[in-house]
Amino acid sequence: MKKTLIVASALLAALTLFGCAKKAEPVAEPAAVEPYKVAFIYIGVPGDLGWTHEHDVARLELEAALGDKVKTAYMENVPEGPDATRIIRQYAQDGYDMIFATSFGYMDPMAEVAAEFPDVKFVHCSGYKTSDNMSVYFGRIYQARYLAGIVAGRMTKTNIIGYPGAFPIPEVVRGINAFTLGARSVNPKAQVRVVWTNTWYDPVKEREAAVALLDAGADIITQHQDTVEPQKAAQERGKLSIGYDSDMRKFVGDTVLTSPVWNWAPYYIDTVKRGIDGTWKTGSYWEGLSADVVRLAEFSPLVPQELRDEVAAVKQKIVGGSWDVFTGPIKDNAGKLRVSDGARMSDDELLSLDWFVEGVVGKVQ
Amino acid sequence: MSLVFEKRKSVSRTAIVVVPIVSFMASLLLTGALLAIFGADPMATYASMAKGAFGSWRAFTETLVKAIPLMLTGLGVALAFKLRFWNIGAEGQLTLASIAATWVALYWNWLPGPLVLPVLVLVGCAAGALWAGVPALLKTRLNVDETLVTLMLNYVALLLAEFLYYGPWRDPKGFGFPGTMVFPKEAWFPRIAGRAHIGLYFAIAVALILWFVLNRTRWGFELKVIGNSPKAARYQGIAVERNIMLAILLSGAICGLAGVGEVAGISRRLQQGMALGYGFTAIIVAWMAQLNPLAVPFVALLMGALLVGGDQVQMTMGLPSSIGTLMQGMILFPMLAGSLFTEYRIKRIGAQAVRESETGAA
Repeated sequence: MKKTLIVASALLAALTLFGCAKKAEPVAEPAAVEPYKVAFIYIGVPGDLGWTHEHDVARLELEAALGDKVKTAYMENVPEGPDATRIIRQYAQDGYDMIFATSFGYMDPMAEVAAEFPDVKFVHCSGYKTSDNMSVYFGRIYQARYLAGIVAGRMTKTNIIGYPGAFPIPEVVRGINAFTLGARSVNPKAQVRVVWTNTWYDPVKEREAAVALLDAGADIITQHQDTVEPQKAAQERGKLSIGYDSDMRKFVGDTVLTSPVWNWAPYYIDTVKRGIDGTWKTGSYWEGLSADVVRLAEFSPLVPQELRDEVAAVKQKIVGGSWDVFTGPIKDNAGKLRVSDGARMSDDELLSLDWFVEGVVGKVQ
Repeated sequence: MSLVFEKRKSVSRTAIVVVPIVSFMASLLLTGALLAIFGADPMATYASMAKGAFGSWRAFTETLVKAIPLMLTGLGVALAFKLRFWNIGAEGQLTLASIAATWVALYWNWLPGPLVLPVLVLVGCAAGALWAGVPALLKTRLNVDETLVTLMLNYVALLLAEFLYYGPWRDPKGFGFPGTMVFPKEAWFPRIAGRAHIGLYFAIAVALILWFVLNRTRWGFELKVIGNSPKAARYQGIAVERNIMLAILLSGAICGLAGVGEVAGISRRLQQGMALGYGFTAIIVAWMAQLNPLAVPFVALLMGALLVGGDQVQMTMGLPSSIGTLMQGMILFPMLAGSLFTEYRIKRIGAQAVRESETGAA
């Protein structure tokens, strides 16, 4: 009986496709208050951990926080480039009020669509193009990376830390540099070795890169991609690691000392609230530890208390705003002085960073 | 009584029309069952897919955006397949052509403005032809299997493109992100509507010319003979190697044209997210069109609609993106299986015939 039903409904469906699509158009039910419609464009799938997962967790928190006032939707696995234009435009056309695009490569597509839909608000993660109805946001995850670097610098015995890098772009380079500065602030002998995988998510390649680094003597592994394979590879060799994006200790175990993680929910909730009450304005949001948009995940029991205190003290210094990670003197890994003593790198410089600091072994291709 | 497949003496004309339609209906039934299992209303899903692909003028132009590269690569692949030359390197030919077109657009500054587009198209096609020419040469001279060579050259082209937009061609003002500069305006393909560009005219022209050449010229006849039996062709004094070489160069050039359209018409730069697998989908397009150049544009349009409409499965029905891909597979299977019935028919054989064949076997 059930089968018949399924077949019958499928047959009906087939007829609909050949019939007039307009007939099937849903009739909007009269609602007391139209919910504010928010769409998210994802580069990956939400899954259990990683970059997209963290955005999706925040989306769900947004729904929980605003209840009936908001309706969210998302599209996963959207390739960066020409395909994204169509997806973003589709949401705009479908009457969404605010669209979040959560990867750098959506910048040009979003800017193109934003020009066509002045009444829709476009919010782009990690880019630099803004307009009257398009703003950008990002988090200073490098601050959390710096703290993680301190942990690694203190805990390494071989003074070699392995770092499979995702892509040689400023965001990743910034993370590697901050991590290295952190490690060397407590251990000047520490060295960070980088291997590029040119992937955001490729368990096999990322594991291979980690294994190569372990073979080269690394006793702590961290990385920039969305898998826990590097951390697992380290664990299998009895070595330590530091996660990224999500609290990877939950998936690997206590050999993951800590993880720099994202916490987008406060920003999403605030931004959507502004959209609803009409106070939203374009602009550029780039906050860090002080706004709690980035964090350091809970420490593993393997991290001693005095090291936790040390990290907490540095965190206070950053949160206070008197000092930031990229304050000179900073030399590049060819020995040239890039930031003079006491000078602070500007956001523009940070956003286009294309050189490694002293202590990184590797090349920005 | 039992049923057997019997090869049709000639391909049934009725079957050519009826079989794809019945197969398509069967696919919709199968997919509908799948959707029902996932708890989505199949009818609503199909309606939203159809609306997403054809529901508005703008949606239709987006379907065309997808269909244009599928038409061109589909035609290129169909031509090669006619010769039983398994060109599965359309993706690479497309990519190399987009690299070549980018080179012309960004670095051949000495070209006078009006010449940029024609030269860009020609150089792009030449690059596609070159990339198909390598396996063709190896095949005709050394009898090297073309399947492997064309497949592997895909990766060479893709990695070359990656090297260029990460390395020497990276936009110096792009904050270090991977991608070349945007082309100057003279190197943009004019757009017809929405993002659909003049590549559409090229595709239709190529389809018509290819059909004419294959069906109405001596060369086309020679190619058919070669495809059916190279031995027979050689016996008839047809220059087999030379003809294969020429046809495959042409196949590569047509696939290359698709790549030119992608960079000059859509993204206007070389960047990540260009190679979306059109060259591979083209193989399905070519088969579904039964290698008929006139059918390719329609099949490509259908595939484009599936790709664009498939987004709706996620957007309005809230299903995971993998369901969209799964649906594409579900829709293709019966269509490909259905092609069996255009060449074969089911024949009922009576008990006596079975007994006879059994005694015959004994």
